[in-house]
Amino acid sequence: MISQPLPPRAKTPLSPAISAWFAAQGWTPHPHQLDLWTVTGDALLIAPTGGGKTLAGFVPTFSALCEERHQGLHTLYVSPLRALSNDIARSLRAPVAGLGLDIRIEDRTGDTRQATRRRQRVDPPHILLTTPESLALLLSYPEAPRIFAGLKRIVVDEIHALAESKRGDQLMLGLARLRHFAPDLQVTGLSATVEDPPALAAFMGGATVVAADPGPRPDIAMLPTTHAPPWSGGGGRYAARDVMDAIAQARLVLVFLNTRAQAELFFQALWEVNDATLPIGLHHGALSREARERVEAAMASGALRGVVCTGSLDLGLDWGDVDLVIQVGAPKNIKRLVQRIGRANHRYDTPSRARIVPANRFEVLESVAALEAVQQGALDGDPRGPGPLEVVCQHILLTACAGPFDADALFSEIRSAGPYHTISRAQFDDCLEFCATGGYALRAYDRWQRLMQRGDLWQLRDPRAARVLRMNIGTIVDSEKLRVRLRTKRGAGGALGEIEESFAATLTPGDSFLIGGQVVRYEAMRDLVVEVSPDPARTPKIAVYSGTKMATSTQLSARVQALIGDRAHHGALPQDTGKWLELQARISALPERGVLLVESFWRTGRAYSCFYGFAGRNAHQTLGLLLTRRMEDLGLGPLGFTATDYALLIWSVDPVGDPEAILDPVGLRDGFAHWLGENAVMKRAFRTVAVIAGLIQRNLPGTRSSGKQATFSSDILYDTLRRHAPDHLMMRLTRQEATRGLVDFGRIEAMLADTNTVHHVQAPHVTPLAAPLLLESGRVSIRGGDGEARMLEAEAARLMAEAGLQDLEAEIMAGGGQAPAPLPAPAVSTPPPKPAKRAKPRRRTAPPAPRN
Amino acid sequence: MTSDPHTRADTSEPVHKLACTPLRFAGAQFQLYNTGALYWPAQGTLIVSDMHFGKAERIARRGGPLLPPFGDLDTLARLDATLFVTRPDRVISLGDAFDDDAAGHALPAAIRNRLHAIADATDWIWITGNHDPGAPDLPGRSLPQLHESGFTFRHIAEQGPDISGHYHPKVALAGRTLRAALLGRDHLILPAFGSYTGGLPSTHPALKTLTAPGVAYALGPKILRVPLRT
Repeated sequence: MISQPLPPRAKTPLSPAISAWFAAQGWTPHPHQLDLWTVTGDALLIAPTGGGKTLAGFVPTFSALCEERHQGLHTLYVSPLRALSNDIARSLRAPVAGLGLDIRIEDRTGDTRQATRRRQRVDPPHILLTTPESLALLLSYPEAPRIFAGLKRIVVDEIHALAESKRGDQLMLGLARLRHFAPDLQVTGLSATVEDPPALAAFMGGATVVAADPGPRPDIAMLPTTHAPPWSGGGGRYAARDVMDAIAQARLVLVFLNTRAQAELFFQALWEVNDATLPIGLHHGALSREARERVEAAMASGALRGVVCTGSLDLGLDWGDVDLVIQVGAPKNIKRLVQRIGRANHRYDTPSRARIVPANRFEVLESVAALEAVQQGALDGDPRGPGPLEVVCQHILLTACAGPFDADALFSEIRSAGPYHTISRAQFDDCLEFCATGGYALRAYDRWQRLMQRGDLWQLRDPRAARVLRMNIGTIVDSEKLRVRLRTKRGAGGALGEIEESFAATLTPGDSFLIGGQVVRYEAMRDLVVEVSPDPARTPKIAVYSGTKMATSTQLSARVQALIGDRAHHGALPQDTGKWLELQARISALPERGVLLVESFWRTGRAYSCFYGFAGRNAHQTLGLLLTRRMEDLGLGPLGFTATDYALLIWSVDPVGDPEAILDPVGLRDGFAHWLGENAVMKRAFRTVAVIAGLIQRNLPGTRSSGKQATFSSDILYDTLRRHAPDHLMMRLTRQEATRGLVDFGRIEAMLADTNTVHHVQAPHVTPLAAPLLLESGRVSIRGGDGEARMLEAEAARLMAEAGLQDLEAEIMAGGGQAPAPLPAPAVSTPPPKPAKRAKPRRRTAPPAPRN
Repeated sequence: MTSDPHTRADTSEPVHKLACTPLRFAGAQFQLYNTGALYWPAQGTLIVSDMHFGKAERIARRGGPLLPPFGDLDTLARLDATLFVTRPDRVISLGDAFDDDAAGHALPAAIRNRLHAIADATDWIWITGNHDPGAPDLPGRSLPQLHESGFTFRHIAEQGPDISGHYHPKVALAGRTLRAALLGRDHLILPAFGSYTGGLPSTHPALKTLTAPGVAYALGPKILRVPLRT
């Protein structure tokens, strides 16, 4: 834990009324709370869950309002979760009443009624609780300077979570704007435990760090299980009974899983062994809001003994009296594990209790490595790069919605935001140019610029554009989601949750999948709602409906690699795991730092190559796509690959003779630039960037209901730009986006840079470490040049045959009433010879007919 | 309806390697090209629909995003390629050739001149569409619809048998979405020929009513037939 030197504790500058109220409650402020109240400038409070952060953040506001009445908005509270705003409003009621404060506290989120929002713009409350997006929206109104002129304080809750995404960048730009309106503003950031507090303070644009005593070390260990974990797979079903026993012995247990699909499956597995029918709930982000709220209320009232959940319970208030946290599946990330552990026993001075259930043998290694990291107080996290420019583009457009602006002033304001301290004038001008003219060499839009310069100021050419720009605020670019409803005899029934549209597109009537803990059958899609019916089957045909998977953090991967490579350390492992590694060392070798182990072996007539990159699932997936392409060029006949967080396994017709050659970074980078240009993940990165920058507007007035498509695929824009303007700002930003996240090329580069030697082992047969990879699902098969076309063709042929449509087609083609014509030849890929040139046909004019 | 980009087909190559397939409708024999155009050999006629020239310009004019201004160039390139292969005596555009009448008049000179030259070289019939109800300032005749050989060419399907456009049909196939021509007993509905065009899934009630049971011709590098179920 990093401890920050603090000025000697001064007398708390709080109003006597506050101290009296604390005394009346029998509360003694924590030392870090007193420290926070002593700081005069911007502050960042780092405290574990349950440290009384949020109330601490508001105390200076109450103190100031006790001393002096305030006209208009005094304090703005920003949190990443809408739901949090509601809860905070509720929990502030008691102190406000106790202090006899005559102030208004209101929230303003996407859920707030239109009339309330309008009123808030005219007559803002003293304390406004909001989200980064709602704040950006408020700042886009011409009345923003008036609303915020008297603002004294901003409290940013869960700032560590916001800093992990572009929402944080957008919020920091908003804060820079607010400081311009209210120069003596004080900003207080509230954060869970993070690895680098000074970096987070820099993200805020500079702040005094106040670090709370982290409290006693957590009581954390592996959950003893009756059976050893399986060799591969996720979900931890093998330990369902052990987890059930742990639930039975505790008051309230949170069982965290890494994905929604796994949470669904584990919840089902728990029910199968829930002999005592203990009340257990399910909570994840794909469930409908009502379903989640029901579970939250039941937790709070003590009606539940266990809740199977995902990251949906990572943030926000503590619901109920949790005394045990169980993490099923590899923790992936030490920091998140620590934050999850903090959910157990939110009394600040007693240790939290947590147990880990690895889902497979590799995850045993990761769990042991994570446990050691937690005991050592080591945290992980990647240093934050400079703020992305697509967020600046959106900020420029929204600034224009509020009124004309001066480019020099806006540039220096943006530079005052932490994430944009290093933005250059050229970068800013690029963004401004993109917003104004589109930034194309072909100056096609001189008449229809989006922003015009009039005098010294920039403004919207067409003020009506502001409406649509406001409808598209935000940096969260989810894939499109569809609501799932249960079909009943009386029509559509209750909402069960949401699924990704790409998943829905793969469903055909009769397919079954899991949602909300039950197996349902897909019936139909109607008005963008997926209709399902209950399915009595216990096993769904399709279980997975989330394509994105989180990769193990760089630091945790390195720890796993070090653990495997250090044989002296293997005593810390469960016995069977130790033996597994021992066998690996005998047959092949153990991966270690600085050495990239590559194994080659034959199995069932195929050549296998396994690369132990420890670079995370997404990077391995990208590496797999790149390497198989190079193998294709070398004529090795790659057939498929599997990527996990630790390794990449490729199988091919011919063996990889020289792995070092195909791993050559220059060649890989080349392949990356050329080939990824056509890749679907690249198109996804483009969509994210283009939506944020305002090139694609997802929300248009009235399009969702009109049925007819008003927008078109972002892929078309991507391909057009790639062909005609490959260096356009959007393309440059897309390439940057691709070094992170799903493509994660940055980690491949880092892995290769860390590799001193490539150790190539020709193993006699499949090796102990590689064996589990052979069992992994989620294999990617290689599509040859026309592989994809073949796949489509096969699917079309199957559908035609299944539908028995050959005859029907013949009948239609024969035309009305005529004898069936012979079946047409199958589709051909070359145009037929041109028929002989004929005389021009006689011109005929059709009689006019009424049109609709 | 929109869908996740990674499930979308790449339909934006300006000129596919041309592929075509024979197709019979209402007793006449046609060739369907994977650019989205339909060729009628007996009449030496090429039929295209929903080219939506000037779409990016119209979006910009209304204060929307400034899209890459290359969509019309790509549409023209596809049209050129199809004309080169089929060498028709006559072209019928089934409406929505322009994203609106103003867009038709405001085309950049380069696009306009090429379109003028193409339209001048053949007997060109502009069927009017809901986007472009007026006559374009280009060679050729402007008609609300055209009856010929027992069927009607019009923008929006009505009393069959007719050949129309308007809906921009697409089909989902193995997780992809492809432009498609829909062939039913009474209606043949062509896909949008323009670059910047979205689409309506063939399963949409409006399209099902018109063409199911029938066959969709999915336009990719090859043309694939997919059943349209009721």
